[in-house]
Amino acid sequence: MQALGIDVLFKGINMQRLLGGLWISLRISLIAVAFSIVLGLVVGVLMAGDNPVIKAVSRVYLEIVRVMPQMVLLFIVFFGTTRVFGWNIEAEIASIIVFTFWGTAEMADLVRGALISIPKHQYESAAALGLEQGQIYRYIVIPQTLRRLIPLSINLVTRMIKTTSLAMMIGVVEVLKVGQQIIEANRKSSPHAAFGIYACIFVLYFAACWPISMFSKYLERKWS
Amino acid sequence: MRKNLFKKAGAAVLGLVLAGSLLAGCGSGSSATQQGADGPQAEAVEEQAEEAVEESADAGYRTLEQIQADGKINIGVFSDKSPFGYVDENGEYQGYDVYFANRIGQDLGVEIEYVSTEAASRIEYLQTGKVDIILANFTVTPERAEEVDFALPYMNVALGVVSHDDRVIKDLSQVGEDDQIIVISGTTAETYLTKNNPEIKLQKFDTYAAAKSAFENGTGVAWANDNTEVIAFAAENEGYTVGIDSLGSADTIAPAVTKGNESLLNWLNEEIVELGKENFFHADYEATLVDTYGIEFEDTLVIEGGGN
Repeated sequence: MQALGIDVLFKGINMQRLLGGLWISLRISLIAVAFSIVLGLVVGVLMAGDNPVIKAVSRVYLEIVRVMPQMVLLFIVFFGTTRVFGWNIEAEIASIIVFTFWGTAEMADLVRGALISIPKHQYESAAALGLEQGQIYRYIVIPQTLRRLIPLSINLVTRMIKTTSLAMMIGVVEVLKVGQQIIEANRKSSPHAAFGIYACIFVLYFAACWPISMFSKYLERKWS
Repeated sequence: MRKNLFKKAGAAVLGLVLAGSLLAGCGSGSSATQQGADGPQAEAVEEQAEEAVEESADAGYRTLEQIQADGKINIGVFSDKSPFGYVDENGEYQGYDVYFANRIGQDLGVEIEYVSTEAASRIEYLQTGKVDIILANFTVTPERAEEVDFALPYMNVALGVVSHDDRVIKDLSQVGEDDQIIVISGTTAETYLTKNNPEIKLQKFDTYAAAKSAFENGTGVAWANDNTEVIAFAAENEGYTVGIDSLGSADTIAPAVTKGNESLLNWLNEEIVELGKENFFHADYEATLVDTYGIEFEDTLVIEGGGN
């Protein structure tokens, strides 16, 4: 076991540090996910409408998010705002803002996609049956949209959790950074600790993302 | 009319986004990297915000007096570059740079807030005043000196050449016509040898690991790299000797502060000169670097009292 560096995990408070790092990753991503889902639903509904101005604006927004690497966004929000406006945003808050900005765009696009995938004839048939506008959404459109959204948005959520590792670039010591610190600090005494540490980080990420996947399966079954 | 309504809706969404981020901002308590922007500095910052001035206007720094008044100094260090700056198994920062940083905090009489930096963000941290000092194995170069102010140096870096024990290369003239020297592409060693010794054949590798195994298998007579790297390599592996420990233009490693932060810079320079009198950096070397580099390279690597 020594060769794999498992023993390094139990040196000092290393395990506690890794768990602390995981908590920071989850805190950033889950807060960002919560904001993204709410804002994404609103923006997505607006995007599915037929106002050309909103369409154009949201198009630009979406393209910016697609084109810009998240790391650039992190640098802009963390360092750029200090340079230009003198704001001193904390690193963790800066990460939440960036991940929300990114998550909202992707979520909105998913919502838009799910909404326009409902065929027009369903609206028309519902109207022909005498349902009112509100009822059409309540009974026909929203249930189908939500069901289509679940697998897609779960992908986004797990992706967001994993991408929080980028926050280390602006000084947030999250789980992956703690892992690198442990590996480096023990490079001489256990040169192969990298395997054990990364295996442990894999298990931690898995433990964080697996319940989310299970929850989505449960929802899919419940709503089908 | 319709369009107007939609515009309003759009504005509302934007407002929501902003409100969301603001809320998130308020929810935060105290934190590591947060920095007191109070005092006269804060007013300057607010004015800047109001004018939304052109970029590049440095977001400000804290003078020596402000740091002492706040009772806390922010020092940017590496957290995963053993043995210069790393975190030990108890979560404490350690290493050659950190040993010095601890002394700075002690002599200033303030608490130290360590900020984990990456190589790519060191200058940015200083320019935005998010740290007061960078002590992260920061090599002094003319390009960097335009962006930040370097204090007196406390360590040397140069190129080094390591070779096999049975044929130690002590001078580059010993390299024969058929011999090859191993370098890693993109390093200063490659640039230096290509420029100054074009007659020497180079074997180039992309990664440290590839260069290392090629050298161990004897495909080249020597391996040129940063001297700290080759010294550490020779110390860790049997059968190799560093024949040349200082080649080419010697660079130095120094603390850096935000450009224009005279009071802190002067204090640091005085501190480094003062520490030279007690051979502080030798003690630092013996506490942190000796395991990696061995006692015989102490005087090659350490600069005491800023080099005077």
